[in-house]
Amino acid sequence: MTDRVADLVIIGAGPAGMAAACEARSLGLSVLLLDEQVTIGGQIYRSIESAPTDRRTILGQDYAAGQRLVAEFRASGAQYLGGATVWKVSLDGTVDYVANGKAAKAAGKHILIASGAMERPFPIPGWTLPGVMGAGAGQILLKSAGALPTNPIVLAGCGPLLYLLASQYLRAGAKIAALVDTTAPSAYLRAIRYLPAALKGWRDLGKGVKLLTVLRRQAVPVFSGASGLQIEGEKQVEGVTFTHRRKRVQLPASLVLLHQGVVPNTQLSWSIGAEHRWSADQLCWQPVTDAWGRLGETSIYVAGDSRAIVGAQASAVQGRLAALAIGQRLGAATSIARRSNPLLRELKRHTHIRPFLDALYRPNNENRIPESDNVMVCRCEEVTSGQIRHYVQLGCLGPNQTKAFGRCGMGPCQGRFCGLTVTEMIAQARGVEPSDIGYYRIRPPIKPITLGELGG
Amino acid sequence: MSNECLTVVGGGLVGAAIAYGAARAGARVRLLDQGDVAFRASRGNFGLVWVSSKGSGVPRYARWSRDAAKLWPALHKELLELTGVDSGLRQPGGFWLGFSEAEVEARAKVLEKIDREAGGVPFQMMEPAELRQYLPGLGSAVVGGSFGPLDGHANPLMLLHGLHAGLRLKGADVINGVDVKQVKYDASSSLFEAIAGDGQSWKSERIVLAAGLGNASLTPQVGLCAPVAATRGQVLITERLKPFLDYPTNKARQTVEGTVQIGSTSEDVGLNDGTSSDKIEWLARRAVATFPALAQARLVRAWGALRPLTPDGYPVYQESPSCPGAYVATCHSGVTLASAHALVIGPWMSGLAQTPAEFDVFKGDRFAGPNTSVSHDH
Amino acid sequence: MTTEPLFVLPRTSESEAVTITFEGRALRVPAGISVAAALLAAGVRDFRSSVVGRAPRAPYCMMGVCFECLVEIDDVPARQSCLIEVRDGMQVRRQIGAAELNGGTSERSHD
Repeated sequence: MTDRVADLVIIGAGPAGMAAACEARSLGLSVLLLDEQVTIGGQIYRSIESAPTDRRTILGQDYAAGQRLVAEFRASGAQYLGGATVWKVSLDGTVDYVANGKAAKAAGKHILIASGAMERPFPIPGWTLPGVMGAGAGQILLKSAGALPTNPIVLAGCGPLLYLLASQYLRAGAKIAALVDTTAPSAYLRAIRYLPAALKGWRDLGKGVKLLTVLRRQAVPVFSGASGLQIEGEKQVEGVTFTHRRKRVQLPASLVLLHQGVVPNTQLSWSIGAEHRWSADQLCWQPVTDAWGRLGETSIYVAGDSRAIVGAQASAVQGRLAALAIGQRLGAATSIARRSNPLLRELKRHTHIRPFLDALYRPNNENRIPESDNVMVCRCEEVTSGQIRHYVQLGCLGPNQTKAFGRCGMGPCQGRFCGLTVTEMIAQARGVEPSDIGYYRIRPPIKPITLGELGG
Repeated sequence: MSNECLTVVGGGLVGAAIAYGAARAGARVRLLDQGDVAFRASRGNFGLVWVSSKGSGVPRYARWSRDAAKLWPALHKELLELTGVDSGLRQPGGFWLGFSEAEVEARAKVLEKIDREAGGVPFQMMEPAELRQYLPGLGSAVVGGSFGPLDGHANPLMLLHGLHAGLRLKGADVINGVDVKQVKYDASSSLFEAIAGDGQSWKSERIVLAAGLGNASLTPQVGLCAPVAATRGQVLITERLKPFLDYPTNKARQTVEGTVQIGSTSEDVGLNDGTSSDKIEWLARRAVATFPALAQARLVRAWGALRPLTPDGYPVYQESPSCPGAYVATCHSGVTLASAHALVIGPWMSGLAQTPAEFDVFKGDRFAGPNTSVSHDH
Repeated sequence: MTTEPLFVLPRTSESEAVTITFEGRALRVPAGISVAAALLAAGVRDFRSSVVGRAPRAPYCMMGVCFECLVEIDDVPARQSCLIEVRDGMQVRRQIGAAELNGGTSERSHD
């Protein structure tokens, strides 16, 4: 029944997964890496092997740095299977996946979940209209296809990716009509106390300053402290409106890229029943692991952004650390301190800036927890914010009950794009913390697969 | 603490239906329901409103199921008008489909016996060619089947939603997030007290234990008996599909929303409500063998739910002989029987109507004797 | 049905292009890109209509998470166009509302 066997089965071919594979191979472990995408690199290094030179220049050094890791991975001797959709992970080490239209199984002595991050939902009026996408989507289109916006576009929200994408677009010659920054003035005050720590990561801070300078030089209109953001349009995007300096501003647009940070993709860790905690700093669920990424007493580890948002470089280091711990447990390494200590120092260096970024780019309440009743919360089953509040009035205490009452989270995205919103909405309506509310009970299949694939 | 006429312990389909029935009959009702992550058999129900093949050897149960199916349209209509929630009732008749001649023959015998014993539970055996007139996409693996004109299906989740919404509108007091661990009877005041794990408690003159698996430990505290054990049912649910299946079958049914529900397993695995790859794959294979076009349908959710099952598979409805005013209600078919629970059991257990006729057969006392076990297939 | 494209792709040589059809219209697109990217660059604004309100929808995440980019590819419904690479001869159609099974289940017209 089992098609492939390995010491370590890794899910996700981004920096955490690739680095873990390299490290595990260097300890002599057999490694199988499964990834849903057909190309290697995850989202951050998407299409890194095929992107032409000019595109790599546009995307910048941080992207190009992925080449080194991919090259190391290719030379490592790890088995790699792209286009493989994992639909179930079991505590006994079995990984069920579908590849080439057929269900298959892999057996790992250990499993590493490195499923990365996803765009944080941005539930505001009009966000389901064609022409509204995540900034991450815009960047993926650039990385994977060299696609650039045809007309001047509007970027809206908060977070470093918004500015990074803006600078990449400008470098490529695309036009930006406006950058609507929803970072509230209070966020700067909140962030300032983390600045001393962040200064230790001065290289990262410097990058941010450089991005702002690029925008200023190119005279991109930046609307800081924007609130009341809405997308206008009937069948497609026609414009955005927002409040800036107490005035309502309306900008025409056919393409709006939204972003308010990324959140861990936790479907896999939830699906095996692992404990998760609500992070009040990152406003999302994070699986509870030990320092090496191990989930409880299981043989399953999590590394990178699917554990907590740390960025590409820290993700790679976490991947290596998890692989070392796994190697030690399998007896492939007796003492890992000599290798792990410098890695732990490196991890610290990469994460100094995180509390500062989390505080500065904390998405506003109004953009996470819809105030009006007509915002589409569940895009798949078309359940609105008003309906969720109504179910809470009927006695629903948590997201599994609102799901049962109104199908919220029952569509093909399986709650990925409404889960955080629903947890926070119920918490607000009941006047308790999200940690008291909990999350959907995520069950396999964690991606929709056809009955033919399953039974074939 | 407060006094109230009737406390119902358990807000699943059984408890909510009885509470709703009591409230609409005029009783003052308090419903104690668990939190977000309770076992909730109601969520894992296959959703059939089913009469066929139920009650072989126990004609009262066959008639009870038949009565419930006939009462369903009234409940459906009432909830829709009162709350706007559509419980998705469709009663076009339903099909049982067999993969072997032997099981088809056995089926015919059982249906004939029930029809005779209960005095009219109609059915019709069909060859594949005839089945295809009703079910055009039927696969060649199906060698025969039966049609039950009284059978149908509903949406268990919308039914639960509708009952809870209806309870509010009928003025019932619904308290959520309560895990009742203990029930006490004070003979001097004739009051019952339901005590939650966190120490909260509620007093009332009457109490209905409809706590599903929780009934096993609660009932003996007030002189009742409902030795329920968990059976796990795994069901699969596809993405929404355009309508292609006009009738519910025992293996797959298309819901009002368009999803196809595929079920279900019946497993004895203790209190494990998880899912397993082998069962998911088995259900998928069986569904595709039944309707080959389903090979293209995407599975969105798989669900394992623990359903309470008594040793003989039949319900328990009884008033306590030693603590009058305490009742137990436990059954396996919370969807089929929802209408009877609301319109018959609710008024009875709130003291507003007589005990239904010939109900001794459902007393929990029967489990004092040697256990018998029956199949509970649809 | 289509308007001015929201995205423009870099020029590719004819040898690196493949032909796909969208709603019967032939499109020459660069090899190696996703179906979603190809459609966006061809001016397709709405990829599908939603299952409840029949509202127009288009890709949101481009990484396999949001399921807004579902289309019918070569008679198979509900495929994630952001995860699938274009292939010569591929036939792509909009998905209107719920998925429709192709397999001879029914010849009826639906709603």
